[in-house]
Amino acid sequence: MHHILTAPFNREKARMLKAGDTVSLSGTIYTARDAAHKKMLELLKENKELPFDIINQTIYYVGPCPCREGEIIGSAGPTTSYRMDAYAPTLIKLGETGMIGKGLRDQNVIDAMKEYGAVYLGAIGGAGALMAECIKSQEIIAFPELGAEAVRRLEIENFPLTVIIDSYGNNLYESGRKQFMKIKL
Amino acid sequence: MREINVTTIIEEVSRLCIQANYFLNSDVKQAMEKGMECEDSQIGKEILDKLLINANLAADKRVAICQDTGMAVVFVTIGQEVHITGGGLAEAINEGVRRGYKEGFLRKSVVSDPIERVNTGDNTPAVIHYDIVEGDILKIELAPKGFGSENMSALKMLKPSDGIEGVKKFILETVDKAGPNPCPPIVVGVGIGGTMEKASIMAKRALLRPINERSNIDYVRNLESEMLEKVNQLGIGPAGLGGNTTALAVNIETYPTHIAGLPVAINISCHVTRHAEVTL
Repeated sequence: MHHILTAPFNREKARMLKAGDTVSLSGTIYTARDAAHKKMLELLKENKELPFDIINQTIYYVGPCPCREGEIIGSAGPTTSYRMDAYAPTLIKLGETGMIGKGLRDQNVIDAMKEYGAVYLGAIGGAGALMAECIKSQEIIAFPELGAEAVRRLEIENFPLTVIIDSYGNNLYESGRKQFMKIKL
Repeated sequence: MREINVTTIIEEVSRLCIQANYFLNSDVKQAMEKGMECEDSQIGKEILDKLLINANLAADKRVAICQDTGMAVVFVTIGQEVHITGGGLAEAINEGVRRGYKEGFLRKSVVSDPIERVNTGDNTPAVIHYDIVEGDILKIELAPKGFGSENMSALKMLKPSDGIEGVKKFILETVDKAGPNPCPPIVVGVGIGGTMEKASIMAKRALLRPINERSNIDYVRNLESEMLEKVNQLGIGPAGLGGNTTALAVNIETYPTHIAGLPVAINISCHVTRHAEVTL
């Protein structure tokens, strides 16, 4: 099934997305990867506010390339998500409803997605130039000292995504692979 | 004695950084096109198609194929009759990387210390391997290495009794465990023999070999073919969404080793498998 969706989206909307569905996502999302997640969790530990209200938000795991003057953003494909597994359950509990990345997630993340209602969306790893075409504006809103790893607010249009893990724990990486696996180790 | 000034080296390294990151090598492109014909998964076919569109877009717009423009790995083959003038060779290579990443609008992905983790801001230093040979050539091979795939690499010190079956098992286990993480379709570089670090360097070097070029050692060539077939039976597929195009090639290098050892290193590369070279 194909969904045309606008971010931010709430938990009920996240619950409607099923593993294997495709999504054209438009609206506002935020970027954060390893260093920014670490800093955000430190802020929470110190009872300080996050750089943006996390409720109903989607975080894109990306560190984009710089761009020439007059351009919006450099290549901006997904980074491998498991490095954010240590931080994601806390953010999901606080209201994060969407994560965009690529690659496997651990059980703690999947359990939090099931409990609170969040979805893991896959972008095509290595298609950074193509993904950048769907980004209409970017603004650094926190941790500029992190360079590519700073937190950015992105306005996106028709971001092409696939639901990898849904809020019921169904996993496209597992079901997709099963169909074509001829040898099992 | 042939003299080469560092200015030439700086310019060439800078150019190679940009070239490797903007333009998908034709051998990789052809392998992906072939993969599209053989891919049984409809989603897999679509992913390969999008990756090719992405590569064309990057070339047309002069932007990086992937935002992870890597840590610069440089293999230098230098003739003992060459005299570098005007400065140090390593500093010239790093200056080339510095310029290439700035002028090419490539991402600065290097931190100065693995624990303190402060970005160096210019993607230096490079990781440089030197090979000193007879003659007066200077060959520079540059491979910007992304870490989605680098992180899925592995090293194991097998026992001689583990033999070729042990090597096969380790290759398949490593690719299986990596799953969708290294951006398949991947290239698998394998180094067998030598010492711990020799095996790793061979695995990295194996990634620089053209996709269709096979080993000239009979049993290694057979092992490469068998492993490619088996890896593609794991079902991982393009982007890990299922399919039979998991790897484009398995490239294996070997070296003599110790009577007590069988080191095996596996270096995985994403579908971009960037490398560019120049001989001065």
